[in-house]
Amino acid sequence: MGFQHRVMIGLGAVGILAPFVVYPIFLMKALCFALFAAAFNLLVGYVGLLSFGHAMFLGMAGYAAGHAAKVWGLPPELAILFGTAVAAALGLVVGAIAIRRQGIYFAMTTLALAQMVYFFCLQVPFTGGEDGIQAIPRGRMFGFLDLADTLTLYYVVLAIVAAGFLLIYRTIHSPFGQILKAIRENEPRAISLGYRVDHYKLLAFILSAALAGVAGATKAIVFQLASLTDVTWQMSGEVVLMTLLGGLGTVFGPIAGAFIVIALETYLAQMGSWVLVIQGAIFVVCVLTFRRGVVGELARLVNRPL
Amino acid sequence: MSEIVLETEGLTMEFAGFVAVRDVALKIRRGSIHALIGPNGAGKTTCFNLLTKFLSPTRGRIRLKGVDITRARPADIARAGMVRSFQISAVFGHLSALENVRVALQRKLDTSFHFWRPEGTLEVLNERAMELLEAVGLADFRDIAAVELAYGRKRALEIATTLALDPEVMLLDEPMAGMGHADIERTVKLIRRVAANRTVVMVEHNMKVVANLSDRITVLQRGEILAEGAYAEVSRDPRVIQAYMGSRHA
Repeated sequence: MGFQHRVMIGLGAVGILAPFVVYPIFLMKALCFALFAAAFNLLVGYVGLLSFGHAMFLGMAGYAAGHAAKVWGLPPELAILFGTAVAAALGLVVGAIAIRRQGIYFAMTTLALAQMVYFFCLQVPFTGGEDGIQAIPRGRMFGFLDLADTLTLYYVVLAIVAAGFLLIYRTIHSPFGQILKAIRENEPRAISLGYRVDHYKLLAFILSAALAGVAGATKAIVFQLASLTDVTWQMSGEVVLMTLLGGLGTVFGPIAGAFIVIALETYLAQMGSWVLVIQGAIFVVCVLTFRRGVVGELARLVNRPL
Repeated sequence: MSEIVLETEGLTMEFAGFVAVRDVALKIRRGSIHALIGPNGAGKTTCFNLLTKFLSPTRGRIRLKGVDITRARPADIARAGMVRSFQISAVFGHLSALENVRVALQRKLDTSFHFWRPEGTLEVLNERAMELLEAVGLADFRDIAAVELAYGRKRALEIATTLALDPEVMLLDEPMAGMGHADIERTVKLIRRVAANRTVVMVEHNMKVVANLSDRITVLQRGEILAEGAYAEVSRDPRVIQAYMGSRHA
């Protein structure tokens, strides 16, 4: 069994035992963001595409799932599925436009489109504007798992995030993932070998958007709230921070980064806006002293890919 | 006279008023080694980029095996059987030597969009990949990341990757650039061997290599064809001597 597989089993065990030690609501929030960051990392870490608008997929999936659960009365699994489909469709449109450009222009295109999505969400009636969609019913998963019970909810979230994470892991280590890495390493060469790189980039973009959507939709069901916060550019920035802090292009980095950032926000909440200053300081320290991120540096220490 | 595999007609490339390639008519015979030479800035690499569609010509036509490819996309050129190398060694740095070659072989499997399949499904390609690595003398380096290989070996890996596609036409952009003597000798042998059943077009500065390898030579100067023919003819042409070789060694 590979080293990464053993780490995964270890993480799974920790995930199963964690709610007996740590506040489950915090864990669920961190798990949702971990999946969000891992989906983002699939794009930036393995294709080399820095999206600066990923919040649009998180937020739109949240609205879509919230609306489906509250207004249409769909059960949670279908609401989440619907949210994911909306994010994937949005990913198709945004991806098709953005992948025509490279580097900073790609990032700016995604940011601009994300801002358009933000103003769309602010204006259309179904999102509830500044109030968001509140009191989204959690319902029963598959008709028998009562999500009103915190522990049940936690394990459902853990299962969803684990499944999403495993899909990302598989994608990285698939024939498709090999081509993605080749494109990241040397795009002209990949083209000269006959690969239509735009098709690969687009599929990766849609996968990343859909998985960010899973995170957003799950989050909306867990917190019974879909709000503008999740479509802001600050949220797009936060996922960049999580990924860089944890380790860009590492398998486990985004998870570590998400837990660190959410822990800081949760446990330093009473310090008010100082949290931002502390986050900024950590970011600066990270960029200056350990550019590979927490997990990236760890992997170097143990001399194994993580 | 043997069949023409690659042909250009009035090929012209202008960059904002500057003409990098002017009215170039090339005829490359099937099975030959054709060298493109000329002083710096003569338009050799631009020519290459035009042939492989990394640039689109301002005017003119390109035909590969009789099919007009002037408006084709670069990835489609490779699919049609014409694969290029790059002046700066083009490897996939953080993939192993084996994986580098496998990326090229993978296209034939038709699973390159399958994100749900395990990597292990690619292992059926390992045998062929190893053959190719052996052919360029890199069998011992299969698990080494390409970025860690010495320069000459990187170029060898690039050739192995190109060969993996079994192209009918191979375009080599300065295959000997930056190589030491031992590497050059090895690469010359390699090119001669791989050219046995395909067409090779190369841009090369090393005159010994050009004299030694090529069947035909086209000399470019300021974007135009100055002379064309076998090395013996071309090297005696006074215009060529003045423009290019005179400054070095004829």
